[in-house]
Amino acid sequence: MSDGLRVDPIACTAHGLCAELLPERIRLDDWGYPLLDERPLTPELVAHARRAASACPTLALRLGREQRARSG
Amino acid sequence: MSLAPARLPRLLASAGPGRATTLAEHLAGDGLGRPAEVAPAALREEVERAGLRGRGGAAFPTARKLDAVARGRRAVLVANGAEGEPASRKDALLLARAPQLVLDGVALAAAAVGAREAIVCVRERSTAARVALAAALAERAGSGRDAVPVRIEPIPDGYVRGEETALVRQLDGGPGLPTATPPLPFARGVGGRPTLVQNVETLAHVALIARHGADWFRTLGTDASPGSALVTVSGGVAHPGVREIALGTPLRTLLEQAGADTGALRAVLVGGYFGTWLPASVALGATLDDAALRPLGAALGCGVVAALPLDACGVAETARLARWLAGQSAGQCGPCFHGLAAIAGQLDALAHGRAAPDALARLRRWTGGEVAGRGACRHPDGAVRLVRSALTVFAAELDDHARRGPCAACRRTPLLSLPRRGADAARIEAAA
Ligand SMILES: Cc1cc2nc3c(=O)[nH]c(=O)nc-3n(C[C@H](O)[C@H](O)[C@H](O)COP(=O)(O)O)c2cc1C
Ligand code: SF4
Repeated sequence: MSDGLRVDPIACTAHGLCAELLPERIRLDDWGYPLLDERPLTPELVAHARRAASACPTLALRLGREQRARSG
Repeated sequence: MSLAPARLPRLLASAGPGRATTLAEHLAGDGLGRPAEVAPAALREEVERAGLRGRGGAAFPTARKLDAVARGRRAVLVANGAEGEPASRKDALLLARAPQLVLDGVALAAAAVGAREAIVCVRERSTAARVALAAALAERAGSGRDAVPVRIEPIPDGYVRGEETALVRQLDGGPGLPTATPPLPFARGVGGRPTLVQNVETLAHVALIARHGADWFRTLGTDASPGSALVTVSGGVAHPGVREIALGTPLRTLLEQAGADTGALRAVLVGGYFGTWLPASVALGATLDDAALRPLGAALGCGVVAALPLDACGVAETARLARWLAGQSAGQCGPCFHGLAAIAGQLDALAHGRAAPDALARLRRWTGGEVAGRGACRHPDGAVRLVRSALTVFAAELDDHARRGPCAACRRTPLLSLPRRGADAARIEAAA
């Protein structure tokens, strides 16, 4: 989970904008869905990450501290 | 306090075969006091000392969940008997044979977390379990053993329906689909209230721990995986079915008891259709507890063990399971929906000798990290684990199929069972 960057997999519908706006940390898989890089965001990238998050048409890309944790 | 003897069976001790323990038998044999007599805080502590872990698949420490839900208010308890794993029959058998033990666990856990109501989910097609559960609940009416209202909820078939967030949604009148949490059910579940979701076998262990204590519980099993567990053995064995084992039992012992020809074994699937293939040589040296299985890349999960004999085809069996698992995707998350279908497709093509030259490389990439961990629930993770282990264990066969097409064993009737349509026969029986 790269420093607060996460994708809501249900909301994401593979628009792919995020990979264009943040190619340093996001690439697309064979079906057009984003694969996040594990490395933390550098300070220069935070603004781009924020832009990518707000550009997502389904608001599936989120930037925050929230972590997913589940027991099963 | 002197301990009851360390012997099996525990969960399946009470009734004669083929029927449920009655309340009277249960009280005479292994009944508890009224739930209210076990101090809720004492039970949480006892479960912690016992080291009980969930038996629904994820092996999460039960005491931690009890604590988390107890911190909230007006909680709900959900007993998970959805049993979506096609090769598993243990929850159905437990409910059919020892419904009073499960209901005691429900009442005790409900009291321990301050729940106001309890819901027992049972696989709709497990007729014997549903009938026994309803009868057991009716018997308990007026007995004072249930401090909170308990109702039974049938759950239709579907692999992801038994996942805890999917269960919560169904109980709230929604579809049987997982949610992209947080919040998790322990914080916000049924009706928005803190919800303890616990497998029915886990709850039966809670009832036994309340009665006999943590020290007794630990007289079976290993230090890291204490107690007993229900396992379902299937595949190439003479006596398939549900057995109760002490955790840490050699897999070889279990297979021999189930009548497997251990000299003619190709591989063993451990942990269900979500699980891991182990080559026979490794499997026959393994013990059934997570500390021992983890270094082998496996886990006991919900206790499914399936034996693949030498004359069966691991490629064809895995391709078939992968296709089914892909079909069980709830279709909500792209990487799960597309990824599992693509994996199943490539595997199928390989099995039929019709794959492109880069098929194996693609399969390796997809199962290596481009699909797992990318769904709202862990469905894709489990399906990927199965295929990834097959790529290693059946590497030689895969290569052979890729070159020459289906082998002779491919044409045999598949060994690993998948759900058929219509109601299950009421025939679920302990194999012992
Ligand atoms: C796809 C999927 C399916 C699941 N199906 C079941 C099930 O049928 N029964 C069950 O008890 N747990 C199932 N689980 C696990 C539950 O989400 C949950 O962890 C479990 O019921 C908690 O009980 P336990 O801690 O007592 O094991 C499933 C999990 C996943 C990811
Ligand atoms: S990961 Fe798959 S099964 Fe789980 S919620 Fe997403 S689409 Fe459904």
